Amino acid sequence: MDQSLNLNRREFLISTAAVGGGLALGLQLPFGVNAAVAADVVPEVNAWVMIRPDNTVVIRVARSEMGQGTITGLAQLVAEELECDWSKVSTEYPTPGQNLKRNRVWGSFSTGGSRGIRTSHEYVRQGGAAARMMLVQAAADQWKVPASECRAVNSIITHQPTGRTVTYGKVADAAGKLPAPDIKTIQLKDPKNWKIAGKPMKRFGTVDKVTGRQVYGFDLKLPGMVNAAIMECPVFGGKIRNFDAAKVSGRKGVKKVLQVGDTAVAVVADTWWQAKTALDALPIEWDSGANAKVSSTSIAAELKAGLTAAQAFVGNKSGDIKTALAGAAKTIEAEYAYPYQNHACMEPMNATARYTPDKCEVWVPTQDGEASFAAVLEASGLPADKCEVYKLDLGGGFGRRGAFQDYVTQAVLIAKQMPGIPVKLLWSREEDMRQGRFHPVMQCRLTGSFDASNNLTGLHMRLSGQSILAAVRPAIVEKAGGKDSATFQGVADSGEHSLGYTFPNMLVDHAMRNTHVPPGFWRGVNINQNAIFLECFMDELAHAAGEDPVAFRRRFMAGHPRNLAVLNAVAERIGWDRPAPKGRHRGIAQMKAFDSFVAAACEISVEGGNKVKVHRIVAATDSGYAVNPAQIERQIAGSFVYGLSALFMQECTVKDGRIEQENFHSYNSMRIAQMPRVESIIMPGGGPVWGGVGEPTICVAAPAVLNAFFKATGKRIRSVPLKNHGIELV
Amino acid sequence: MVQLNINGRSHQIDVEPDTPLLWAIREQVGLTGTKYGCGVAQCGACTVHMDGAAVRSCVIPASAAVGKKITTIEGLAKGGVLHKVQKAWVDHDVPQCGYCQTGMVMAVAALLQDKPRPTDADIDASITNICRCGTFQQVREAIHAAAKA
Repeated sequence: MDQSLNLNRREFLISTAAVGGGLALGLQLPFGVNAAVAADVVPEVNAWVMIRPDNTVVIRVARSEMGQGTITGLAQLVAEELECDWSKVSTEYPTPGQNLKRNRVWGSFSTGGSRGIRTSHEYVRQGGAAARMMLVQAAADQWKVPASECRAVNSIITHQPTGRTVTYGKVADAAGKLPAPDIKTIQLKDPKNWKIAGKPMKRFGTVDKVTGRQVYGFDLKLPGMVNAAIMECPVFGGKIRNFDAAKVSGRKGVKKVLQVGDTAVAVVADTWWQAKTALDALPIEWDSGANAKVSSTSIAAELKAGLTAAQAFVGNKSGDIKTALAGAAKTIEAEYAYPYQNHACMEPMNATARYTPDKCEVWVPTQDGEASFAAVLEASGLPADKCEVYKLDLGGGFGRRGAFQDYVTQAVLIAKQMPGIPVKLLWSREEDMRQGRFHPVMQCRLTGSFDASNNLTGLHMRLSGQSILAAVRPAIVEKAGGKDSATFQGVADSGEHSLGYTFPNMLVDHAMRNTHVPPGFWRGVNINQNAIFLECFMDELAHAAGEDPVAFRRRFMAGHPRNLAVLNAVAERIGWDRPAPKGRHRGIAQMKAFDSFVAAACEISVEGGNKVKVHRIVAATDSGYAVNPAQIERQIAGSFVYGLSALFMQECTVKDGRIEQENFHSYNSMRIAQMPRVESIIMPGGGPVWGGVGEPTICVAAPAVLNAFFKATGKRIRSVPLKNHGIELV
Repeated sequence: MVQLNINGRSHQIDVEPDTPLLWAIREQVGLTGTKYGCGVAQCGACTVHMDGAAVRSCVIPASAAVGKKITTIEGLAKGGVLHKVQKAWVDHDVPQCGYCQTGMVMAVAALLQDKPRPTDADIDASITNICRCGTFQQVREAIHAAAKA
């Protein structure tokens, strides 16, 4: 998703410039900033590191914490190079406004695509190392000795020939006044020598989370604040026709009933409950437009037609698939389907805004503070120096809170109608369910060809369905001649989502079929469906060839040693070569995603043909480096909760142009009773590329379970969710 | 106007009697550790104790809590010492985003009150809170650890 990252950045800069903020382009190196520009109370050594006289260290990083542990991991990387006392480290977010004023010294704020660590590890480590060098230089200057004679360990600098020592806190002020070292003189540690990074450090903030002290966006309180509830036209693309404000404006606590843009109505009241109940009672007439005719059935029919359409974008191609299919002794064909799904973050969307003609400030849980900032600029109409965004840790993100800042726009549009008064906009769960940015719908027809000796000679994978980028980053798609390359995640010819097999003849192509339902980046993005399509069909092919699914896969993996390594690791751990325990059945899957190699093998039992118990999932991840193995384990286990909930329970259906599901009773999520035992194998393979962790693993759970279900019952289930087949997770 | 006893203190609260206890706690009393997740008693993020039992405060009218002893997450630690469930949660690094965890901790604290050494089956039957980050594996470990503490 690097393209979208760049474009996002560019769009942001363009939109900033358009409203009068003349700012410098490009990502600066983290240590290029003169400390003199900073006005922080805590002495700043450089952008990343602030140290108080008592040796407490504040590390500032721009990515957002939403439960994935990225802030802890990034702080570990800074602290590792800084050589500071880990027990005295805390973290802070810089604001997007500060980042702008300092030539984007902290880099991108975007926290999605499993990028938090893998695309900022180098500059944050360099930032920590630069700060250490400046601290050592300051101590050396004080002692009038060469810096090369001094060494820093655990926040203490020692002049080695004399044994004199000084703590970081004593020299931080002087260090901050020194010039930053030349990047060429910075040497990063070999990960083999890590003492803080690479270790299972506990994440920050846990005590506050278990005592209720952590302030989420939902919990924010500002003096004089009012609360807003909102409803946007439930048919996407529809508008407000009219609403009868007089019916509710006299209710207790209600301050204002107002229109938000062309599409939404909000009630502002003293408390949110007053606002919400008034909104429920408010008569609103919608102009739903032509989209009111769209249903899940009509969408499915369009996608189905795409499976055999003449035109399709080629995503991956080798050999000559036409000839292979034409000359086949036997062909196997199957059609799969994946539905719309909602992120369903536990904390519904929200933002708090205060607007005056001189300043617009927004407090928001966001995966991308700079995208929020751009939304504030646009909605407020104010220049960049009059806007600011304060990030709060998120109650879940999963892709909903990055590229999409609709709730920020709404909060600012409401606050503009009540200048000077802070307005907290909270979405109800129902609004959150109706106004998602949904996992796109996709169907897939797969055809495999065999020769007379049962060798696979070709594979055609035809995708038909919705493009996320066409809706969210249309310029990228336009530049690529209409193709959305992200559609091929996990089955691409190269890059961070490349296919882990080499087939003699192959074609993966995509018939783009977009709908009026807004698609979004949903944890794992397009690997979720592609892993099911490919990895279940690999099982179908193995079965047709009369071969063991693991042995069959290995035939095509000679050129993919790291894919093979994770596959072998889970096969070995689950005991693939030995029979499963009585009554249990196994399935397996592998994929490369977000530059990490992942595989899963599971053991399930099936009762009564439809009650599935997942006893055990073994998961292997090779993310190149493991900055915090304990947090990686938690991401793996958590990914399976997200992925298995999606597999068994979750579908957003469309009726009369709107999403039907409005709460967890019709859009369910896994509970602890359904949680399998997850065994993680973390096997970092090193190399120049760092892989992500938050998303890759999510995609292998579903195909592994589906393959095990076939083993148990002889039935191939080819559409999600399984509840539609009467199958439940117990 | 209703009078509620929350964390051992009496509060005169100016709300309509049918206002859910959750919103009275959050917006009138100002204790925001109790979370809104669904409003229909599905997710458990709003779990508090009412006379010692875990209840989902989003569907209980404030008027129905009159005369009862309400404990919220803010009242679980006593004298500045974390409750054993909270401590186990810290030791096992349980929360991810943390939003559902206050409700989860309250549900588990009530379970341990009823069943000091719960089996896995007891946990499965009584802990039905939704966690979208998927902390269940650590939740289970931490419950057993808290039971032994």
